[in-house]
Amino acid sequence: MSAAPFESDGGKTPRGAISIRAVSKVYDPEGARVLAVDDCSMEIEAGEFCVIVGPSGCGKTTLLNAIAGFHGISAGEIHLDGELLCDSARMPKPGSDRIVVFQNGALFPWFTVLENITFGPVMQGVASKKDAEEKALIMMGQMGLKGIAHNYPSEISSGMRRRVEIARAMMNDPRVLLLDEPFRAMDALTKTVVHQFLLDVYDRNKTTVFFITHDLDEAIFLGSKVYIMTTRPATIKKVLSVDIPRPRDFRVLASPAYQRLRSECISAVHEEAVKAFKAGEREM
Amino acid sequence: MSSETPDNPGIQLSSGARTWMRMKHWLGSPSPYLNLLGLCGFVAVWYAATEIFNLPLFNKLPGPKATFTEWLSPDPLYGISFYTKEYYQHIGISTWRVFQAFMLATALGVPIGLFMGWKKTFKDYTFPLLEVLRPIPMLAWVPLSILMWPGREASIIFLTFLGSFFATVLNTLLGVESIDEAYFRAAASLGASDKQIFYKVIVPGSLPFVFTGLQISMGYAWFSLVAGEMLAGEFGLGYLIWNSYTLVQYPVIIIAMITLGVIGSLSSLIIRLVGDKLMQWKVREAA
Repeated sequence: MSAAPFESDGGKTPRGAISIRAVSKVYDPEGARVLAVDDCSMEIEAGEFCVIVGPSGCGKTTLLNAIAGFHGISAGEIHLDGELLCDSARMPKPGSDRIVVFQNGALFPWFTVLENITFGPVMQGVASKKDAEEKALIMMGQMGLKGIAHNYPSEISSGMRRRVEIARAMMNDPRVLLLDEPFRAMDALTKTVVHQFLLDVYDRNKTTVFFITHDLDEAIFLGSKVYIMTTRPATIKKVLSVDIPRPRDFRVLASPAYQRLRSECISAVHEEAVKAFKAGEREM
Repeated sequence: MSSETPDNPGIQLSSGARTWMRMKHWLGSPSPYLNLLGLCGFVAVWYAATEIFNLPLFNKLPGPKATFTEWLSPDPLYGISFYTKEYYQHIGISTWRVFQAFMLATALGVPIGLFMGWKKTFKDYTFPLLEVLRPIPMLAWVPLSILMWPGREASIIFLTFLGSFFATVLNTLLGVESIDEAYFRAAASLGASDKQIFYKVIVPGSLPFVFTGLQISMGYAWFSLVAGEMLAGEFGLGYLIWNSYTLVQYPVIIIAMITLGVIGSLSSLIIRLVGDKLMQWKVREAA
């Protein structure tokens, strides 16, 4: 694969190290204090493919939103490449160095695929519309997204839409790619295609990825490290290093290493799932 | 790279070709013939009730035969038909009034609605006022309108404007509020400024609701216009209806009513076509 135009400096200066230090987040709607994240610490290395697994509603997204800059935190600090992103006093701001790919997709339906992909650089004024389009078309060619530049998102398949959204993020050469259960609503077959796509993008750019899911297979197949979270309030229960070499493809799924990691993962997650289930029963 | 490259990414027709295809498909389906049958059925019932059986409820009303004879006559009994200049004068004056009032309501209502949706403080100031003024029936404004404006023309246009304005503001506001939070977050994440978010997310995102609102507001405009013309007009279709009633020229009432119906539908259609033109993404979604 030839050098991508959106590639950073080949990973000479590693970027995208996230340091999450004793972060807590309390939601306080109408005085009902809900502790969503409790004293959570993580050190994510630059260029790491980090996957967060945990039961539904455990506070994974809260953490992602804080990194993305959509809301603040109640205690602790989050640093990106050594710079303070937010703490209890400082509200973070969204920025194109940390781009989110949303659960239900957020391609603008009123713009064509090409207009969506060039949105970032054009809005920021870092490239003229023409330059951005040229760059986008080259990138789309490399990513297997040829021939849909002038279609609207509603005219392409859901798997294609998700790939376009990842391409839209990569156009900005972000330090961190934040993905919030991006493939949740997809069928198993489409998933295998978008997984391979995301792995290709990662292998080419080595951008730090912060990926939230509750699909264990997806977590191990994609991730370098899998962080298993407890049920709410969320903390890190277990960290698994996935020592399966890259580039990976679907054959990985049948390897003994994969099976071993999977069973380790299942037992950890199962405990939390049971706890979450019981907690749910109590609340009712 | 493991990806299928679509060489033929589906429908890339020009909008003209698309319209033609849809037209052909429509003519091949039973719909247009059923539409026609429904209209004919209505005229048949009308004819039976008035001109055959002369039912008590309908015995003062002109039947289709009387109406259409008058309408198509080069020398009409009451002075209004396809062949008379007066008919087109009334249509022209009413349409021109609606056009002015509707344009004014759109030019003011859409920006105000967008702004209310964009800036919460502005909405906090204005929303209660809107909610109190909006339910006041147009007829209740007639005296104030006559007191405020010099001459009939201005007060009729003002009444028409009011009817249209509130529907436009409210639907535009709803349009902004219907936009998924994820689009705002995505735009902010991609580095768009507050102002860019307004032009690139709020405006296009609310457009479908805006155009629904404009169709509704066009309906209100005609409604208010006729009320205004009946009370204060010298010309126009509303005036024509009321005047024909007092002069016992009943077929003219029906002529003016059907004319209002047809022009009202046409003005709605024009809005829809403009909307389709501006929202190709919606049109193609439906295709």
